[in-house]
Amino acid sequence: MKRLFPLLVVLCIAMFAYAPFLIVNAPYESTMGLVQKIFYFHVPAALTMFLSAFVASIAAAVFLFGRKPGADRIAVSAAELTVLFGLVVLITGPLWARKAWGVWWQWDARLTSTLVMWLVFQSYLLLRRYGGPGSDKLSAAVAVFGGALVPFVYWSVNMWRTVHPTTSVVPTLDASMRGPFYFCLLAFFLLYALLLAARTMLEAHRARLEALYLGLED
Amino acid sequence: MSFLRTVAVVMRKDLVVETRSMEVVYTSALFAVLCVLVFAFGFVQDGRADSAAAAAILWIAIAFAGTLALARVFDRERQNETLRAMLLAPVPRPALYVGKLAGVLTLLLVVEALVVPLVALWFQAALFRHAALMAGLILAGSTGYAAVGTLFAAMLARSRSRASLLPLLLYPITIPVIIAGVRGTAALLQPDADLPVARAWLMMLVSFDAVFITLSLWLFEPTMTE
Repeated sequence: MKRLFPLLVVLCIAMFAYAPFLIVNAPYESTMGLVQKIFYFHVPAALTMFLSAFVASIAAAVFLFGRKPGADRIAVSAAELTVLFGLVVLITGPLWARKAWGVWWQWDARLTSTLVMWLVFQSYLLLRRYGGPGSDKLSAAVAVFGGALVPFVYWSVNMWRTVHPTTSVVPTLDASMRGPFYFCLLAFFLLYALLLAARTMLEAHRARLEALYLGLED
Repeated sequence: MSFLRTVAVVMRKDLVVETRSMEVVYTSALFAVLCVLVFAFGFVQDGRADSAAAAAILWIAIAFAGTLALARVFDRERQNETLRAMLLAPVPRPALYVGKLAGVLTLLLVVEALVVPLVALWFQAALFRHAALMAGLILAGSTGYAAVGTLFAAMLARSRSRASLLPLLLYPITIPVIIAGVRGTAALLQPDADLPVARAWLMMLVSFDAVFITLSLWLFEPTMTE
């Protein structure tokens, strides 16, 4: 793993460097034109955010019920990355919406519930930081609730009438757009895996350091 | 002690403590009334507010007053170390949660019994035109709110900064409840009430309740263990 990590980092950088060329060469969407290109970063970032939220809540549940400190380290890293990728989604989304719908923000089900989920993980990090002793279990419960909200987020768009494209867009994508899209998706997932691994490792080192300090005091 | 008996004992204890002081009901009811008043200044124009504003104000008042009640109920448990004592008792932990939930929910319903007529009166809102459906929305909404609130207030009872953290945790998670409550109430308050829509939101609330209560029962045991 340790040898593979730098190689994968180089691969990830190369993929992100190459992605703009693929996106430029992809065909223009008929109604939205150039603006639609933001899709290649917006949707992969959104999918990564959902993946990260699932990872965080499953890791939190494993920590709560299995009492494994390692799972907690994954949970806190994934929660931070959920907020990070959520920020990408919440910045690229309004930029696209301004051009496509004429407004920065729309109180539609999908947008609202994505924002809510992002806020839940924001409160996870806040609790973690300012909650004092015992906040690791508390915040784990918040993450489990955050994960439970994800299906509601995903289905809400199909349940309520909204302006946001439904989730059936991606499978029915034009073949010439599918290539760049899946390339970008892969790049985002790779970036996510690398960041998660690095962040979890950092957390593990921190835990070891803390244990050493405690040992010194005794 | 059996599950149901534990629930009844915990709930009875909370209600007895409350009837002796009336502290939670009195403070949160007054707070709810003040919330309605403050928001009324923002929404009313020419002496009237539209029905959507009435629905929103009602649910905001319930949510804010609920936070206050939850914080106070668990502050009481912490002051006398009774939370620890309850957790040490040889009873099923989920029963303690259900007992606290039933107590909190009862207090919340008492507060709502005061706030709902007040909103109807001040905003000329037809809250009692479809009383059964309205009661269903209030009951289902309060249950979902109290279910999450009881879990997090119990967990935060031992935390240093619980006063500021409880609303920060509670509001994002209970937003589905608030949305469904406001939309359902607004559908009922329209000039010609949209009953199928209100019923759909009620069903939504009931399903949220089911998910939230299941999760809370599941999480209470591991999070309350030291």
